[in-house]
Amino acid sequence: MDILEMSAVELGRKIKAREIGALEAAEAALAQIRALEPVLNCYVAVDEEGARRQAAEVQKKIDGGMQCGPLAGVPMAVKDNMCLEGMPATCSSKILENFVPPYTAEAVKKLVEGGAVVLGKTNMDEFAMGSTTETSAFGVTKNPWDPERVPGGSSGGSCAAVAANECFYALGSDTGGSIRQPSSFCGVAGIKPTYGTVSRYGLIAYGSSLDQIGPIARSVGDCAAVLEEIAFHDAKDSTSVRRRDCDFTSALVDDVKGMRIGIPQDYLGEGLDDEVRSAVLAAAKALEEKGAVVEEFGLSLVEYAIPAYYVIASAEASSNLSRFDGVKYGYRAKGYEGLHGMYKKSRSEGFGEEVKRRIMLGSFVLSSGYYDAYYLKALRTKALVKQAFDKAFAGYDVILGPAAPSTAPRLGELLSDPLKMYLGDIYTIAANLAGLPAMSVPCGRDSKGLPIGLQLIGDCFKEKNIIRAGYAYECTRNYEMPGLAKRQAAEPGRWEVR
Amino acid sequence: MGKQYETVIGLEVHVELATKTKIFCGCSTEFGGAPNTHACPVCTGMPGALPVLNRQVVEYALAVGLATNCAVNQYCKFDRKNYFYPDNPQNYQISQLYLPICHDGWIEIETAAGKKKVGIHEIHMEEDAGKLIHDEWEDCSLVDYNRSGVPLIEIVSEPDMRSAGEVIAYLEKLRLIIQYLGASDCRLQEGSMRADVNLSVREAGAKEFGTRTEMKNLNSFKAISRAIEGERIRQIERIEEGRKVIQETRRWDDNKEASYAMRSKEDAQDYRYFPDPDLMPVVISDEWIARVKARQPELRTEKLARYQSEYRLPQYDAEILTASKHLADIFEETVALCGRPKEVSNWLMTDAMRLLKEHGQEPEELGFAPQNLAKLVELVEQNVINRTVARGVFEAVFTENVDPLQYVEEKGLKVVSDEGQLRQVVEGILRENPQSVADYKAGKQKAMGFIVGQAMRAMKGKADPALVNALVKEMLLL
Repeated sequence: MDILEMSAVELGRKIKAREIGALEAAEAALAQIRALEPVLNCYVAVDEEGARRQAAEVQKKIDGGMQCGPLAGVPMAVKDNMCLEGMPATCSSKILENFVPPYTAEAVKKLVEGGAVVLGKTNMDEFAMGSTTETSAFGVTKNPWDPERVPGGSSGGSCAAVAANECFYALGSDTGGSIRQPSSFCGVAGIKPTYGTVSRYGLIAYGSSLDQIGPIARSVGDCAAVLEEIAFHDAKDSTSVRRRDCDFTSALVDDVKGMRIGIPQDYLGEGLDDEVRSAVLAAAKALEEKGAVVEEFGLSLVEYAIPAYYVIASAEASSNLSRFDGVKYGYRAKGYEGLHGMYKKSRSEGFGEEVKRRIMLGSFVLSSGYYDAYYLKALRTKALVKQAFDKAFAGYDVILGPAAPSTAPRLGELLSDPLKMYLGDIYTIAANLAGLPAMSVPCGRDSKGLPIGLQLIGDCFKEKNIIRAGYAYECTRNYEMPGLAKRQAAEPGRWEVR
Repeated sequence: MGKQYETVIGLEVHVELATKTKIFCGCSTEFGGAPNTHACPVCTGMPGALPVLNRQVVEYALAVGLATNCAVNQYCKFDRKNYFYPDNPQNYQISQLYLPICHDGWIEIETAAGKKKVGIHEIHMEEDAGKLIHDEWEDCSLVDYNRSGVPLIEIVSEPDMRSAGEVIAYLEKLRLIIQYLGASDCRLQEGSMRADVNLSVREAGAKEFGTRTEMKNLNSFKAISRAIEGERIRQIERIEEGRKVIQETRRWDDNKEASYAMRSKEDAQDYRYFPDPDLMPVVISDEWIARVKARQPELRTEKLARYQSEYRLPQYDAEILTASKHLADIFEETVALCGRPKEVSNWLMTDAMRLLKEHGQEPEELGFAPQNLAKLVELVEQNVINRTVARGVFEAVFTENVDPLQYVEEKGLKVVSDEGQLRQVVEGILRENPQSVADYKAGKQKAMGFIVGQAMRAMKGKADPALVNALVKEMLLL
């Protein structure tokens, strides 16, 4: 089997057994990156030297018989809103173009300590605001299944890189679906853990009360293994939770007998693509055949989740992003007059359209006279959404539905219609509002050959339920890889689609 | 002015807490230090950095709240106050608006007019900002984030005060309480205590409040008194002229003894307050409150009573000693070593206070060790030195914290009680001053005092005064 097509866990095992060299694995991934980046643009920065150096260090440890993590030596990628000491962290924004953090995000640090080989930083929607990776200041990322289409977003670079075998796994972040929706569009697996499971220290905030880092990989097994590495209590993040149940790989059991699975009718209604609906229902059937108890039910308040989400996320973002002012780091405009001139010009030139739209929206809903009507009401809605899920989880172990209403749209299609783009988050944002763990698992392709994602939502701290269901479903099918993900190394720049 | 006016004053007092580290990170709060050396990703607002609350800040805020009879919000939260300014690295200040830690308290003040309660509206916790330095030479502005994130509490009073006298009494009482708790050193000059004055006037007997102004930049009690008087007159003049008082923030210039409008209510910023999602609500249990209460040190009122009963000091002494926590601490430690409370009190009340005044210092700045004052008291007690010499030794203790015994030995200041030596000196004085001897014999008692004085001077003050007295008396009668 080609190294590139191995799962992260399998590669880790072979590196540990010294059947494959860490450097060999890194070179394979770097060659794939060199070959495909001119087409896909998954990365905003690739650190070839750094990757080789880390690979050599890991190899030395393994050769010396030192204790290493299960993913030691496995090449991976990090979304560009996470800090990595000495490497630019841009959030795909011009305003942070020249920002090099002097510290590493805690989640990334855990992986690096465990021997991860970081290939580079992946492209994203600017400050994670968007669902297509088109709002990046550093160019659009293309979907490996069809470069005419978007990879989804905001973790589009991470998902596309995983799908195209440009890395073995990646970290993404999910505020309203930013791991699950692009995972669905790119045909890979991605988990947004329970809020508080992975430290946010070093993650450049978008909506602090909703943001969560999570793994993206080609299988549920790999996701569980990565999540196990990055989940820990961090005293530097006040919202970090002390958990004792982070042995996620123990849930990789092909057994769903008696598992109660609920499908919200609200997630199957108007606006959902027919082919997506059939694929999702077929996946539910497959789980039912394995012994799960599957039924439909009504999950109320779904239609209020989107407005509540956009009010809360934008409000927090308007405040979180105020530190980008050209004073301390990042972009400072030239030719301004006075302090306020500097603020205004730097921020006007440094931020993109979508970011400015959300900053204005967020500033508005927090302003005096509107706070109660918008922000407080959104917080109350958030509490009600959580209650609705609490009720649902009294009856079900897992909630099943689509991750997105459709498969990947063409480039530019959503960018021109922000409202349509916001509505695309309809199935994913409720999990963020309620702080729940949720994942997307590939469940076939539509007639255009584009991947479809199955979403599994669990109750708080019940990642193991969705991991078990996702794994059991995954066991019923083979992983599908886009044509261009086959090793392309022979002639850089030459590639084929399907 | 035909009409009578009443002045209505409320205060917003910021107090810098005495924690070792900042409110949301581990950086030192130490004053001074090269610019940006007490700074980290958190207090400089770097991307991805997150705040973690310093527990000691809550303890101090709670202690001050309990000592000022406040109710505690056992579920309190931090909010973000959004505004752009370079000394504020995140462009929002973490403060408390919706659920401050303490509310609805009071303290009792005493002025010439008698005792009175001043209400405390609320106490909230927040972070300080950095400092902007305008470099005229380079024509640029620089920022020092050493102060950024230093913990503050803001104590907001009710508009219960009616005169500058009451304001000063309130501030002094508040300062003593906080100093006694060890929550802050409360130095106005250094900015660890800052007061903003909200003031309005109304016709005597009116029920409604007048329009108020807020005055900032008041960094001494004197400046506060002057600013209150200046603003009171300014507002009354406007009203008498038929003009309205405008709700605005004014900056007091103490050199010019005048205030200037900074911004009016119309220019007031919308701070877009909202709960900080990076911090969890603070839940304060009954047990925690009980623990803080139990640790509450003796406050001034209790100390005042105890000094009179336990040490048998006059009320006057007790008041002076307890007016500064530091002075009271020195007193108690010294008495613990050498006893004689009245004697120790005398040194502190007279000589220490006089020297402080001469040096332009506050009692908080007393730097000598109680051990040295105790030794001095003992040297006097054992008649090793006499009182005159002792005052000089005290000065050395005060300024250089010397060891009195060593000092006395080195300088040869011990009392001379050698009768033979003293007899010789007195003989000489009598010989040189026959007129005084004659006066004495003629019945002028005063003449004896003169001779004793001359003898003491000849001994450079070191002679045992009792012995000199006895010798002079004896020899005059010869």
